[in-house]
Amino acid sequence: MTKDVVIVGGGVGGLLTANLLARKLLPGGARIHLVDATGMHVYQPGFLYVALGLANARWLARDTRSLLDRRVELVVDRVGGIDTEASRVHLEVGGSLPYDQLVIATGCTLDYDAIPHLREASYTFYSLPDAQRLREALRNFRGGTLVIGVAGLPYKCPPAPVEFAFLVDEFLRRRGLRDRTAIRFLSPLNRAFTIESASKLVAPIFAKRGIELDTFVNVESVDPERHELSSLEGETFKFDLAVLVPPHKGADVAITSGLAGPGGWLGVDRHTLRVTGAENVYALGDATDLPISKSGSTAHFEAPVVTEEIAAAIEGRSPDQVRSRYGGKVVCFLETGRRQATILSFDYDHPPVPPRPSLLWHAAKWAFNRAYWYTVPQGRGV
Amino acid sequence: MPLPVQREIDARGSFCPGPLMELIRAVRGSEVGDLIAVLSKDPGSRTDIPAWLKKAGHDLVAMEDEVGYTRFVARKVR
Ligand SMILES: Cc1cc2nc3c(=O)[nH]c(=O)nc-3n(C[C@H](O)[C@H](O)[C@H](O)COP(=O)(O)OP(=O)(O)OC[C@H]3O[C@@H](n4cnc5c(N)ncnc54)[C@H](O)[C@@H]3O)c2cc1C
Repeated sequence: MTKDVVIVGGGVGGLLTANLLARKLLPGGARIHLVDATGMHVYQPGFLYVALGLANARWLARDTRSLLDRRVELVVDRVGGIDTEASRVHLEVGGSLPYDQLVIATGCTLDYDAIPHLREASYTFYSLPDAQRLREALRNFRGGTLVIGVAGLPYKCPPAPVEFAFLVDEFLRRRGLRDRTAIRFLSPLNRAFTIESASKLVAPIFAKRGIELDTFVNVESVDPERHELSSLEGETFKFDLAVLVPPHKGADVAITSGLAGPGGWLGVDRHTLRVTGAENVYALGDATDLPISKSGSTAHFEAPVVTEEIAAAIEGRSPDQVRSRYGGKVVCFLETGRRQATILSFDYDHPPVPPRPSLLWHAAKWAFNRAYWYTVPQGRGV
Repeated sequence: MPLPVQREIDARGSFCPGPLMELIRAVRGSEVGDLIAVLSKDPGSRTDIPAWLKKAGHDLVAMEDEVGYTRFVARKVR
């Protein structure tokens, strides 16, 4: 009997898994459904560039169908429920789908409401509309105190606020506003960046560019009248413009299905990516509660693992011992402005050793931005 | 016997976001009085975790050395 694979979410993790599975399974080996709420695949790293006027929004989204293997059936609908007892996913509009193997790749949801007044009092670049709104605010900005901070953990792409600090410094210099602006970077930790070796590279550049670093600041509330924010650690900061990473949570369906733990994140085995307490269910990408970066890169390296596990189950063999184990691999760029960047590459056992920021890594990042559509969703280089 | 806790986070192998960020997020999502444990093999945690707990006004209840990692236990105080 033909087996059914259902993949929920057509972001980096879901789209790539669908394409890899279609290629790996024999013709007719399984029916693969990819269910996505929007039917559009979005390149989220581009939001940062949109906010700073460095990229056009049109460049950031493509029709999922155009990126998907012909052998995968795309269902544009929202999954409203997952019934692991009956092995079915329930769609909001189109009935339900049975599965033998289920992949949950529903990413993060931005939880603005977790902090009262967050949206009226501050800006962010964590979604496309938010990035466009910030772009307007930056265009109209005439100087003052600009604070950059983090209003919830975990959040995706940990280097993004640091990159924003460097790029907004450049932006303000170009517009002749830098000497009228104080930039304060509010770090949740006691250093500029979570990885100590990267922090040692970043902190001196902050100092050189006049970006003030405040440490142990986890933003907890915002006062829209006083233009002030307060931290979990008990300090307050005044601002004219606040750019904050909003709180994140897991997708609604992960929560309502009862599969997720605190915050809506799915507990998974750190090597096999099997969802704890459910059979034949996998999760990857931002949706998991693994203590590693929520990044496209993480999803990219996880997808082949899920693919191998599912292919083995369908083909009735045991999974390849190496290819079915996720070792925690993540590779991220970190832009430091002025056409320089560094690269962070690590896994569960090996901490990153970032090279000195240089033009080379900046060029590599931009080459990646352009090549993304032709490489990542197709699984080239995995 | 390790101290029983409300929540334990295995942050071994976490370089980014790192064990301290995992602890901060767990503290945020816990109730006052809860005990939270985090496992870390990052040597930096031995200074970072106590320093944050002190600044944020929470208690470091234990720092237990195991083979190849340390188990930190914190109590949410406020
Ligand atoms: C500003 C910014 C910069 C970033 N920069 C980088 C970077 O430089 N490098 C990097 O590696 N990563 C970066 N990231 C992170 C990266 O974009 C995400 O980690 C990545 O997209 C996660 O992939 P995913 O498949 O888990 O989730 P997503 O790509 O978010 O996809 C989730 C999908 O699930 C769908 N979905 C959700 N719920 C349902 C439902 N109930 N039913 C049906 N469909 C549903 C959504 O519509 C969406 O298509 C950045 C992110 C941001 C915001």
